[in-house]
Amino acid sequence: MNTKKTIIFFYLTAVWCVATPLFTFAQEMRPSTFSFSSKVAWIMIISLLLIAMFFTVLFLKHKVKEIGAANKKQETKEGNRDLKKYTNSLNSKQIDACLKYLQRIKKGGKNKSGLVSLLPAFIFMGAFTLCNNTAFGQAGTTSTTTSLLSEKGILITIVLLLIPILAGIVLIVVKVLNSLKKYTNKNNIEEAKRLVEYLKLLPEDEMEASFKKRKYALDYTLSHRELSGNEKAEDEKGLININNDMGLPIVALKKKAMKRPNIDPKLSKLILWYLGCATFWLLFGTTVGEYLGIKFVAPDADHLSWLSFGRLRPVHTNAVFWGWASLGMLGLGYYIVPRVSNTNLASLKKGWYALYLINAAVILGSICLMAGINNGGGEYREYVWPVMLLFGIGLILTLINFVQTIAKRTTREIYIANWYIVASVIFAIVISVVAYVPIWQNGLGETIIQGYYMHQGVGMWFMLFTLGIVYYFLPQQLNKPIYSYSLGILAFWTQILFYTLIGTHHFVFSAIPWWLQTIAIVGSAGMIIPVVAGTTNFILTFKGAWYKIKDSYTLPFFLVGIIFYFTGSMQGTAEAFRSTNLLWHFTDFTVAHSHLTMYGIICFFLWAAIYAVIPRLTGKEAPQITIGAHFWMALIGLLFYTIPLMYGSTLKGLMWMQGKPFIDSVVLMAPYWLWRAIGGSLMWLSHLFFAYNMYKMLANTNTVDVKEAAIKELEETEPSIEPIV
Amino acid sequence: MELFDNHKKLFTTAFLFFAGLTILVAIIPALNNQANNAALPNAIALSEDAIKGKNIFIANGCVACHTQQVRNIEMDKVWGSRPGIAADYAANHRTDFWRNTATLMGTERTGPDLTNIGTRQPSKDWNLVHLFNPRIVVKQSIMPAFPWLFAIKKQPSKTDIIVTVPAAYLEDKDGKVVATKDAIYLIAYLQSLKQTKLPEGTVASEFLYKKEEGKVAGNTKTTALDGKALYTANCQSCHQENGEGLIGAYPPLKGSPVVTGDDLELYVGIIMNGYNPRPEYGEMAAVGTNMNFTENDVAAIINYEGSSWDNKRKKVTPEEIKKLMDLVKLKAPK
Repeated sequence: MNTKKTIIFFYLTAVWCVATPLFTFAQEMRPSTFSFSSKVAWIMIISLLLIAMFFTVLFLKHKVKEIGAANKKQETKEGNRDLKKYTNSLNSKQIDACLKYLQRIKKGGKNKSGLVSLLPAFIFMGAFTLCNNTAFGQAGTTSTTTSLLSEKGILITIVLLLIPILAGIVLIVVKVLNSLKKYTNKNNIEEAKRLVEYLKLLPEDEMEASFKKRKYALDYTLSHRELSGNEKAEDEKGLININNDMGLPIVALKKKAMKRPNIDPKLSKLILWYLGCATFWLLFGTTVGEYLGIKFVAPDADHLSWLSFGRLRPVHTNAVFWGWASLGMLGLGYYIVPRVSNTNLASLKKGWYALYLINAAVILGSICLMAGINNGGGEYREYVWPVMLLFGIGLILTLINFVQTIAKRTTREIYIANWYIVASVIFAIVISVVAYVPIWQNGLGETIIQGYYMHQGVGMWFMLFTLGIVYYFLPQQLNKPIYSYSLGILAFWTQILFYTLIGTHHFVFSAIPWWLQTIAIVGSAGMIIPVVAGTTNFILTFKGAWYKIKDSYTLPFFLVGIIFYFTGSMQGTAEAFRSTNLLWHFTDFTVAHSHLTMYGIICFFLWAAIYAVIPRLTGKEAPQITIGAHFWMALIGLLFYTIPLMYGSTLKGLMWMQGKPFIDSVVLMAPYWLWRAIGGSLMWLSHLFFAYNMYKMLANTNTVDVKEAAIKELEETEPSIEPIV
Repeated sequence: MELFDNHKKLFTTAFLFFAGLTILVAIIPALNNQANNAALPNAIALSEDAIKGKNIFIANGCVACHTQQVRNIEMDKVWGSRPGIAADYAANHRTDFWRNTATLMGTERTGPDLTNIGTRQPSKDWNLVHLFNPRIVVKQSIMPAFPWLFAIKKQPSKTDIIVTVPAAYLEDKDGKVVATKDAIYLIAYLQSLKQTKLPEGTVASEFLYKKEEGKVAGNTKTTALDGKALYTANCQSCHQENGEGLIGAYPPLKGSPVVTGDDLELYVGIIMNGYNPRPEYGEMAAVGTNMNFTENDVAAIINYEGSSWDNKRKKVTPEEIKKLMDLVKLKAPK
């Protein structure tokens, strides 16, 4: 069809017209330099005005054509076939009117006004069909005259000239539309009169019968008992949970968590304390992180030694590592390990001691770092060993506790979640001992151990433990078993095999032995196996249960975590190669990567599990709207944080490779650092929502639950009734 | 499988597997490196002041943004004349019983690499001002200011080292900015950071991933481009982007008789060997010699400076510079 082609053509022209100035705009823009005094802005405004004018002309032309067409129709006067169309599309009310008219005829007296009263209905119908009939006509040529004009003054003048022209065109459009409407109405009234004439001519009985039949068909409704029958509804198995006080839902209503009755309240208290402390450290650590992000944009924000960038950076990283993520994981571990062993926790006391020790380590560590006492600069190894010793003892207590719990399990097999969790605690202890024994690591020995330590800390402590959490909570939240136990086992052993090797890929091209760097790169490539195995396993566990995501507020967190588990980990592999090291090493790309993984994977999984477990312990849930706010702000913030940073870092790497002056690369990064601060602010805000949600799930709200209060009163009155034995 | 159902066997296996790999890829290489390694024969041990300075460097977490490693790739050539080797780090031992070894290799270059900073920026005055607030000398810098390494005194004594700070950076405080001991220590450490020369007869390993197109000598178009980049990288932090220098610290090049005058030998001599005859300004280091400038580099810089900021000077060719460089080399202070 020719019209179709022209429509597509004009659509493309329109897209081009809008896109071209936008592209020029995007290429020239840096957040710091954009202003309305720039030429680009004015050219854009002119282009937009021209586009608007172009479309108005197009629209006018189309309307004029329509009038022409209506005129033609009027002239040909196709009679009855056209009118019959109207009788077939009458609605129930109009048929009623017709029937009444027919009855009146039967009674004898013919009443003309009855037919006239039908007129407005037909007129409305006519107008409606007209409106539905819109299509683009063909039109004139485009005119984009931007290239010749370079003076800003001229551009401004053109804009000023275009405004009254545009206003004139708008006025013309309004006028044309009005006269068109008048004209159409006149036509429709005439057509309605002809319809009346036509109706009069039809045989009365036949018409009545057909109208009645049509009316019956139109008025047909369901009885709403077709499926349920007439029996009274009875929920014999307690499957239905009715929420009585439903207001207008602002967010989609999701399924409520059910309280697990058989959890030891003492254990529950321990878990809640772990998660509560974790939340505190998340808020503290990311507030520091947010401030650090601001310092990239405003380096003179403060001049206090305790708050200077170099001291605060490790405060941020260590607080979110050892405070937030570690305590969060351990808290969830204290729930999972006894649960899948189908027994009680071996020792609550050890659990509490571990909590005190780890909190003490993070408090002391943060103070030491801010006071300028650190271990010499290895990342995540900034706490001095006496401080980290507290953390280590906490881990040893946890290990004993977990293993003793598993030892008295009542199941034969050890569920895979416990493999991951216990192994990660063992490995974390091994790593800490290797890295912190204060009698070795001179010269490059320090660097080799540093590479090993920091990466095993990430992969063997955080990642392995968190995978254990997912192996428990994901199937539980989906209410179906994990897709494949053997894939889980494969991922477990290959993770140990490959991950242990990759530490030194942080020192590619440095003075450490070349063969060691190569091993690290090979190990990084090998990580494809456990990551793909794990991702496949999780995604396939979703199979057939995807619909549950819309009913759940925890599953979206899991899904995001799984996606980042795949992309973040694979990005790590890609970053390890020698060629990519050339480009990205030493840039902020590494920072973006660590946030994609530690935040995208670890934090999202932890949040998923925390939102899943706490309502089961306390019976209280957080408002869905604030959970949603937490989810979206964290996700969008993370993308705002990482994507500009990766893009800018790539440009920075290219600049270094070209041998450009260093300071130019600092200037280059300024807009991307600003984006990082914006994304970071969103992430930080989302943590405020998370903290509020924690409060809602934990705090004793003062409102009395009617049912609970009634039951309590019943229970209290029970003893007064004499028991009949 | 029995292994998987017995927690003792399962967790012991996992532990041994991990510990075994740990020994292979971390412990043995680390032990090997610390046992079979020694500092280069002509390496200079840190002075007492420099050791104190290094501790200040560590305490303030400078390693978060500054690396100290020259990788064996072409793009790292700007940070040192040869790739770093294990021996460069051999002198680093545990700081003390409480604190680990600080090789300070770093993992991020938000700021420049410091392996050779003692050679690249030897000026004490510049370093002091820069530490007080980096933006005094480098407008675009995002490095933190370290005012707590300085004191403000109304009447400084004769032994005090006074730092010239523009009033805008004093935040309405009255008096002179005086460097504390800590600032002096830190600068002693920074000045000590120089890449040790390999012993005679040893060949440094090569830089990999060489740039595909080399510099085209004598091509005016590329030298003009290089000139600005070379100026930014090597001269700008003192003489500033606008060529006006800093009053009381670094002389202007705009309208400078050296830049616009006829004594090309003096000009080349200053670039290669440094300059210090004027007490009102700080001493200039032998930038050209330190950075191994070629005649192409020097010609590019002279042509850039001679044609910028309203300066008008006839273009020079690398050939005529080459002769003068050989001449001034003989006059270089030993």
